[in-house]
Amino acid sequence: MSGPHPVALIIEDEPQIRRFVRAALEAEGWQVHEAATMQQGLTDAGTRAPDVVILDLGLPDGDGAALIRDLRTWSQVPVIVLSARSGEDDKVIALDAGADDYLTKPFGVAELMARVRASMRRRQRTDGAPDAHFSFGDVDVDFTARVVRKGGHEIHLTPIEYRLLGLLIANAGRVLTHRHLLRDVWGPSHVEDTHYLRVHMGHLRQKIEDDPAQPQYLVTETAVGYRLVV
Amino acid sequence: MTANTDRPDPDALLARVQESESRQGRGRLRIYFGASAGVGKTFAMLAAARKAREDGRDVVIGVVETHGRDETAAQLEGFAILPRREITYRDRALDEFDLDGALARRPELLLVDELAHSNVEGSRHPKRWQDVEELLAAGLDVWTTLNVQHLESLNDVVGGITGIRVFETVPDTVFDTADEVVLVDVPAEELLARLAAGKVYLAQHAERAAANFFRKGNLIALREIALRRTADRVEDDVQSYRIEKSIVPLWKTEAALLACIGATRGAEHIVRSAARLAGQLSADWHVAYVETPALQRLASAERERILRALKLAEELGATTTVLTGEDVAAALVQYARTHNLSRVILGRAPIRSRWPWQHPVAVEIGRLAPEIDVLAIGAESERGQSRSSASAALPDNGIDARRGPKRLRYALSALAVAVTTLAALPLEPWLDPANIAMLFLLAVVLVSVRYGRGPAIMTSILGIASFDFFFVPPRFTFAVGDFQYVLTFIVMLAVGVTIAHLTARLRYQARIATHRESRARELFEFARELSGALLTTQVVETSTATLGRAFSAKVALLLADADNRLRFDASNGAEPGLDAGVAQWAFDQGEPAGLATDTLPASTFQYLPLHAPMRVRGVLAIQPAHPRWLLIPEQRRQLETFASLIAIAIERVHYVEVAQEALVKMEGERLRNSLLAALSHDLRTPLTALVGLAETLALTKPPLSPEQADIAAAVREESLRMSTLVANLLDMARLESGEVRLRREWQSVEEVVGSALRASRPALGSRSVEVALPPDLPLVEFDAVLIERVLANLLENAAKYALPPTPISITATADVDAITIRVADRGPGLPKGREATLFDKFTRGHAESATPGVGLGLAICRAIVESHHGSIEARNRDGGGAEFMFTLPRSAPPAAAPETP
Repeated sequence: MSGPHPVALIIEDEPQIRRFVRAALEAEGWQVHEAATMQQGLTDAGTRAPDVVILDLGLPDGDGAALIRDLRTWSQVPVIVLSARSGEDDKVIALDAGADDYLTKPFGVAELMARVRASMRRRQRTDGAPDAHFSFGDVDVDFTARVVRKGGHEIHLTPIEYRLLGLLIANAGRVLTHRHLLRDVWGPSHVEDTHYLRVHMGHLRQKIEDDPAQPQYLVTETAVGYRLVV
Repeated sequence: MTANTDRPDPDALLARVQESESRQGRGRLRIYFGASAGVGKTFAMLAAARKAREDGRDVVIGVVETHGRDETAAQLEGFAILPRREITYRDRALDEFDLDGALARRPELLLVDELAHSNVEGSRHPKRWQDVEELLAAGLDVWTTLNVQHLESLNDVVGGITGIRVFETVPDTVFDTADEVVLVDVPAEELLARLAAGKVYLAQHAERAAANFFRKGNLIALREIALRRTADRVEDDVQSYRIEKSIVPLWKTEAALLACIGATRGAEHIVRSAARLAGQLSADWHVAYVETPALQRLASAERERILRALKLAEELGATTTVLTGEDVAAALVQYARTHNLSRVILGRAPIRSRWPWQHPVAVEIGRLAPEIDVLAIGAESERGQSRSSASAALPDNGIDARRGPKRLRYALSALAVAVTTLAALPLEPWLDPANIAMLFLLAVVLVSVRYGRGPAIMTSILGIASFDFFFVPPRFTFAVGDFQYVLTFIVMLAVGVTIAHLTARLRYQARIATHRESRARELFEFARELSGALLTTQVVETSTATLGRAFSAKVALLLADADNRLRFDASNGAEPGLDAGVAQWAFDQGEPAGLATDTLPASTFQYLPLHAPMRVRGVLAIQPAHPRWLLIPEQRRQLETFASLIAIAIERVHYVEVAQEALVKMEGERLRNSLLAALSHDLRTPLTALVGLAETLALTKPPLSPEQADIAAAVREESLRMSTLVANLLDMARLESGEVRLRREWQSVEEVVGSALRASRPALGSRSVEVALPPDLPLVEFDAVLIERVLANLLENAAKYALPPTPISITATADVDAITIRVADRGPGLPKGREATLFDKFTRGHAESATPGVGLGLAICRAIVESHHGSIEARNRDGGGAEFMFTLPRSAPPAAAPETP
């Protein structure tokens, strides 16, 4: 963190949205910088050294995904993108480019702050050494013994399911796109085979969730990917 | 000409490929063929059909004549029989085979007895074999029966043997292109025995003739002909098999025939003989009629006969043409050479020699083209001449009409002689009689140029008489004083006749040239005018005007609409006698119909389909002033050329329109898309700001009073509702514009139900939803975002009407080809009778209720489900409440994921 106050950068062309996002962040002790254009945003990201970037994908002067890719060449700062409701493709592209999370307009202040806090937490966690244990709900994963327990009872996962779960835990709270999961679990030649994912995620939910049709942890982000909610 | 080589002739192979292509989807024809009535064709056909039916084929009897024979009638038992159609003809109700009934019933195999049968007037086709053609084209298999005497090309031969000519004939092409021919053969003795036993049906009027017909000699001859004809066909089959398999190169390219017919009675005989010969040689054949000045003056009945012979030739499969020329032999040789025809067939004396020094045509051809074989056909046997064709007398097209009526021309010629005489009388003292004779010759020349040969010859005779009477001493008597004047008369007559002949010939050739030129010019101008047309109406106007002028005809152009129905409106449907049904038939079949064709020839119009490269574009209906014109091959070809020009022009204009429409549509879509995008952005951004600002207001310090906090919360709630509303409107607009492209992927129903539940959590509040999904639900291909939307809308709908704590449930079931998802509640249920209209736009369950919403949710659901080719419905549940269910089609899912990557 840079200084006593964490720094946030808002890249958004609409002044009213900038205004309430700024108000919400400042209420929680953030120092906020605003940029109305992509160009300005990229410059500020370099000079202001932000701890989080909030980026609107609908900027008139450029492509948000390109900015993220550019940013990722020299910074691991969490990026939260704002997008329109029907813009699933934009979200996927932004996530694959390296964005950490997304919010769909219209969004509430509480939702925004929750995402900001989650990405900060994630950043702190990845800074340290990976844990040997990970728990959510009544599920406990022991990475050293490669054992998964639910409510104290050991459950059997296939190698694929175990890898899927491991990947989601490593990115807990983040949305992983279908492409990302397929590439990391099945290899780059299977990135289009989304049905593999649906079948194995279904099995994983059957084993981990109390009610697989109304999952608490392994949440589907329709047309985008999956997220482990903790 | 190409020399025989070791590989198959590409043309022949291409022809086979085309033939087999045109046969795809076409039904198969089997003919039970016999030498005479009574051999048992119908019986054999029924026996085979019975077997086919036992093998599980769908066999229907279209028409079978049992002729009261019990054994045949017994065979009919158990078959489905198509009801006959009743046709009223001259106040008598007649039964006829029901073609449309058969086409509607579409059996796999249809039995149609007696292929040669002539249909009752008023049927679609005059002949049954034409009905069968249509059935085959529609893809039905047909079995039928045929006697040898009914084959067109054998008709006169059989007539010659038996002395009985039948009027019902079937073109040889039907027989030759039949897929299978089954010969039903019985020895003559046995047939006679059957006859004696009364087992052979004889029509009452034929009983007298039957005694002659069923003589042993006749029956043996007929049997031989039938066997031979079948053998020819089998040989054809062998040949085509060989060509297909390329066993031996067998084709002859040099065998093509040219038959020449004249205006004599034997024309049809020559055509039939040529057809048989061509059949035996498996060669192409042409039939030509050479129109010479002499033949031009034929009476219209004789011209009629020639055109009929040409039509017969066409039916038998020949290429026909009318040649014009001075010299028959030269015209034939030229035609034969340009078309590679190595044999010329002539009647023994097709054109009688007029003068002793004229050679028969055969000799002339031999002199002009020694390489061409000339075959002379013997005269027709006299016994078969009973066939008299009572053709409707068609009006003379009056080639001479423009020169004035015949009588007037002769009167004017006489007047010319009188004028010459009057003019010469005052000159008599100064001129020698020999020079006065010159004046009369001048009159002959002028008359022959102006009025033609007959009047010219009359002029020269009258002139001689007048010269003799007025100028040759002794004057004013016909007596001739000096004998040398007799020589003058003879020379005058000879010169007069020769001049008349020569000028008539010149006139004729000039007229032919003018005629050809005007034809070419018409076509050229028509093509030029059409190429400038940019609108269909221009094409229609140009075509009707030009064709009306060129053929002195009534013309209507019927164009097809998008549904392949011909359009009739005030501009083209007003012609009296225009028959929409015939026109549509011609359009659907792509074949000419109506006047001078095989289909409904009783119509007053001929209907020509307009074949363009891509498809048939419409129908040209034409009613020429003289129906006979449509029989003349040249005229017909000219008309067909016009028709294809029109078709191409219409197609061109059509594509111009399509391109323009596409451009306009593209522009419109681009505009709408940018409008939607702008709307969506411009409406959503302030709403996002509103929601955010309202929340920020609640978080300000110092805290708001409770009233103020309530107001801030209300602002937020209303903004969110507004946002949902805008989203619905935009979605509906997108779905309606057809702009939404489905992103179909293999999806799990459980997953989409889960995300829909999460998305509608705010609307559902704390209520629980019972989800009951079978664990083995298959993956289904759909667009997850849209189906989630459907489920969320249904859930929100249920939450809106069914108040807590009544339960909401989601269930799903999978069938072989579909998956059904149900969302049910225990609320007040649906208003009675409005279950279907619920899915219309801006419809709300209870109009007066205070429940919020504008009624787009369910309309969006329907649009989404239907775009997935699914269906959605709503109904009231037993025990109260509403149930919404939608069904999505499913197919075989993709290969399962490998467990070990």
